[in-house]
Amino acid sequence: MSSVVSEQKSGERQRAAISTAAPTALRALSVWATLLVFWLLLSGMYTPFLIAAGAGCAIAVTAIALRMRLIDREGHPIDLGVRAFFWYWPWLLKEIVKSACQVAGVILHPKLPIAPRVVRFEPSQRSALGLVIHANSITLTPGTICIEATPGEFVVHALTAEGAASLVAGNEMDQRVSRLEGGE
Amino acid sequence: MNAAIEALSAVSLLSGGFFAVVGAIGLLRMPDLYTRMHAASVAETLGAGLLLFGLLLQAGITLNGAKLIMLGLLIFFASPTASHALARAAFTRAPEHAVVAQEPPPSTR
Repeated sequence: MSSVVSEQKSGERQRAAISTAAPTALRALSVWATLLVFWLLLSGMYTPFLIAAGAGCAIAVTAIALRMRLIDREGHPIDLGVRAFFWYWPWLLKEIVKSACQVAGVILHPKLPIAPRVVRFEPSQRSALGLVIHANSITLTPGTICIEATPGEFVVHALTAEGAASLVAGNEMDQRVSRLEGGE
Repeated sequence: MNAAIEALSAVSLLSGGFFAVVGAIGLLRMPDLYTRMHAASVAETLGAGLLLFGLLLQAGITLNGAKLIMLGLLIFFASPTASHALARAAFTRAPEHAVVAQEPPPSTR
């Protein structure tokens, strides 16, 4: 009996968690607007017919994507919001520039001081979206490539010992992606 | 103001070209697949990024500028995905090739 009650409660919690996420209609609208803007920017010709054709095509693609159930938190993560652009990307850009300069220094160094190695650590993200953001951020940063990305373990190839040293559980990138994922 | 933008654009284009060349040199100097991918990622992040930024300053706020931003976003999302697929395929086929220098000391594990 008590297990049934707790199951009901967890079901309610799940529903509550889902309802706090953006509704599918809003997400579909956002997909449609994005597609239309994409069309308009690529086309550059603004006759009524071409604008209407763009709007129609955007509706068709959105409808197909809805039918394929592609429009969810993974397919079109608007929940990440502006924080992704103004809080995470600038930091990631800074990291990319920093490590690109380090790797460039290694490449141009006469002795080529590399110490390639494979490291494993546990990421703190739980959703597929968070894991993908974390793994892609690792790969995008020169000097580290994410080889295997599973919920419990990341396998990362690092070019130098310093690059490998930053890849431990709870590192700064890991914490930042988790905050982004949680949407706090 | 215009001269400042021109100068910044020139600096971006030149340094972007520099990082692209450094990536190419690294591609030749590095010993194996993974280390070569590290070298290539210098060219595809900072090299391509600075070149696109320099061109964006030339284009200004126009449709061409918007297309350059789209190109940057495409690289930003597609290149790590492709790199991951390549590294993962290599690691699945021959994991023994992944460590060429030495095993990391137990303390860093």
